[in-house]
Amino acid sequence: MPLLAIAVLAAGTFGFRLAGPALRHRLRMPDRVDRLQAAGVAVLLIALAATSALTEGHGFAGWARPAGVVVGGALAVRRAPFPVVVITACATTAILRLLGVP
Amino acid sequence: MFILVDMRTFWRTLDRGTLRAIAMVCVADAVVGASFGAVCVAGGLRPWVPTSMSLIVFAGGSQFAAVGVVLAGGSPVAAVAAGLLLNSRLLPYGFAVADLLGGRWWTRLAGAHLTTDESVAFAVGQPDPARRRAAFWTCGIALFACWNLAVGAGALAATAIGNTDAFGLDAAFPAVLLTLVLPSLADRGIRHAALLGAVLAVAVTPFLPAGLPPLLALAGLVLLARPAPAAPEVG
Repeated sequence: MPLLAIAVLAAGTFGFRLAGPALRHRLRMPDRVDRLQAAGVAVLLIALAATSALTEGHGFAGWARPAGVVVGGALAVRRAPFPVVVITACATTAILRLLGVP
Repeated sequence: MFILVDMRTFWRTLDRGTLRAIAMVCVADAVVGASFGAVCVAGGLRPWVPTSMSLIVFAGGSQFAAVGVVLAGGSPVAAVAAGLLLNSRLLPYGFAVADLLGGRWWTRLAGAHLTTDESVAFAVGQPDPARRRAAFWTCGIALFACWNLAVGAGALAATAIGNTDAFGLDAAFPAVLLTLVLPSLADRGIRHAALLGAVLAVAVTPFLPAGLPPLLALAGLVLLARPAPAAPEVG
């Protein structure tokens, strides 16, 4: 991994990050766009949660990980404290793997 | 000094639950960071590679993706492309948090660099602008410190960390995201768009390069294109 590759990745990544803050004050967003963009973030994060829960590379991640996420998600819906949600999700996945579930 | 004063204000602005949640995320990400450092060094890369990458790229998923391509024998160009594809989701995040970064150019530069899934998710989960700002900066700064220290430690420890999957830590990231976005899903339109987007993203994952499927999920926003019948505002 050459230093140049790292530098290009860093520069590009920073460009993605800076575009919003740099342009935001010049562009006056209509409320509709604001709402759409807030929805866009929610859609992205949920899609990221779904793909990282269910898939690994180009295939299925196995049952243990999504099972843990579902248990954690159910607790979150019931307004369980954040640490409980995360620890239960991890513990569920770990125990299932210990039992031989992929 | 300025940052220290600001940080103390942020501490007082956020409730204990949020601070505890941020700490949990930092711990979980630190474990991921340590494994990143270890994976790189175990794969034959010099320790400066993961550590410098973590400082200037500071986006875990793309770091794993880029190093994964290189360790699998791919070219540096393919590695950079994979990383950038994954990080293109930071573009809409930037617009989402633009108002939280302050007016000075250097706080905007610093804030931009601290824009991550986690800092954005914590920010949008807060009920008012002051708390959104506090959550964004607290999470961003804490995560930057934890992530870089952990990657360095992992690179040093290299072989000491075994398979983190055995501890179910891979379930932490999706569970965290789900929990953080939950309040936004109270809006029915957003909920439907997110559901459609998630199904779409998972369905195309086998066929598309890593990083692209979550972006494709944005197609779910078509459900919001129609003017909603005076839906109650959320947040």
